[in-house]
Amino acid sequence: MIEVKNLCKSYGDYKAVIDVSFSAAKGDIVGFLGPNGAGKTTTIRMLSTYLPPTSGTATVAGYDVIAQADEVRRRIGYLPENPPLYGEMTVREYLKFVGEIKGVARAQLASRIDEVLERCFIKDVRNKLCQHLSRGYRQRVGLAQAIIHHPQVIILDEPTSGLDPRQIIEIRQLIKSLGQDHTVLLSTHILPEVSMVCNKVVIISRGRVVMESRLSDLTRDKSLEQVFLESVSHDEVVDAAACVNQGA
Amino acid sequence: MRNIIAICKRELLSFFVSPIAYFVITGFTLLVGFFFFNYFSLFLRMYQMSAYLSMRGMPLPNLNQTIIEGVYQTMIVILVFLVPLLTMRIVAEDKRRGTFELLLTSPVSVFEIVMGKFLSLAVIIFAMLSISFIFPLLLIVYGAPEVPPILSGFVGVLLCTLGFASIGMAVSSFTENQIVAGVSSMVTLLLLYVIQAPAESLDGTVADVLRYLSPVDQVQDFVRGVVTLKATVYFVSMITLGLFLSQRALDALRWR
Repeated sequence: MIEVKNLCKSYGDYKAVIDVSFSAAKGDIVGFLGPNGAGKTTTIRMLSTYLPPTSGTATVAGYDVIAQADEVRRRIGYLPENPPLYGEMTVREYLKFVGEIKGVARAQLASRIDEVLERCFIKDVRNKLCQHLSRGYRQRVGLAQAIIHHPQVIILDEPTSGLDPRQIIEIRQLIKSLGQDHTVLLSTHILPEVSMVCNKVVIISRGRVVMESRLSDLTRDKSLEQVFLESVSHDEVVDAAACVNQGA
Repeated sequence: MRNIIAICKRELLSFFVSPIAYFVITGFTLLVGFFFFNYFSLFLRMYQMSAYLSMRGMPLPNLNQTIIEGVYQTMIVILVFLVPLLTMRIVAEDKRRGTFELLLTSPVSVFEIVMGKFLSLAVIIFAMLSISFIFPLLLIVYGAPEVPPILSGFVGVLLCTLGFASIGMAVSSFTENQIVAGVSSMVTLLLLYVIQAPAESLDGTVADVLRYLSPVDQVQDFVRGVVTLKATVYFVSMITLGLFLSQRALDALRWR
């Protein structure tokens, strides 16, 4: 479903992403793990066709993110780090608009909206303006927006950041349930989140992939925590330790 | 087409939920009404003096020339300042709040984004000018002006305003700061408005070109009831240029 080969992105002299390669099969929930500033968001933006890569290739749902960008856009649901909400629209109006531009058939639009309202637990705020929503609700509306057109691949950039513990648990359950019929790629800097939600992990540090593994292979002889601390470079250990503690 | 309409509808919703559209339309109507009243009193005064004027061999006041031309030309000045207020947020706001990321990662082309947004501006502008059309309409109902120039003048002002809006949208596409977008488009439009000024002291081709570039001179044709190809081409080119530049600015975003 997702195939990334030697992906690079540089801004002038600064290399944000260096030679990143990994893959995700159908039904995988991949945790894209790394300290802050490791290049997670940049990679995700390239996969969502928002940013063009400097070099390398990436295919999503079988289509190239550059040459067949429009086909990719039809097949992905994408939640950026800050949910892209229009504050002056109600949740329902907003979802209708997103459904329209994502190409949901007119006849199905109303039922799709009801379905995602239900699924993301935002039915009770459907007539509220987006600008009046709390952080947790904004995040959930962002998720609803990402799945309204039933995409094959769902890409989530730090979906649980800034939420309170209860909301985090709810969002994680939601993501887990999405994994049944979608491929999910989610970035996070919180370690335990990966072991709770994902079945595959890709660790990125300073723009490079340092490890890619199925979670089941990993936990057999070493804990994810150990692997993570070993694989990120030394001066990042402090940062990495923070990631471990944050989830604990 | 569906995408263009979806984007247009969304923009219209934004315009009317936020107070911007109401304020700009009200302000415009108020100002046009004020100037209409002034030109009207001027006409009355000239009319009262008509006996004196004709004695001196001077032409009698003409309803169309005095009021309609005055009002339409004044509208252009007001629009130079008000149109940027309508267009400044049109793209810049999307960029700032991150919704642009949603648009660019959806199966929507940049052309559709540009057209949808421009269409919403066109709807607002048409509504705004139609409301102000009430003043010429008063003349038609209670007086006896020549009607065709009033209608062609309206078309001229409409085309000119759409040209202004497309330039404003292009400026808004180049920045994510609404104030920067607003001020820059105001300066651009004001420059365009006075562009024929140096022509007074120049002659030859340069002066001709500067005169041609002036929207004031081009609208004048329409207001006099002459729909010329020259003026139509001028306004259509202005609209196309603005749309082209917007498209370019947004395409460039995709290929950073």
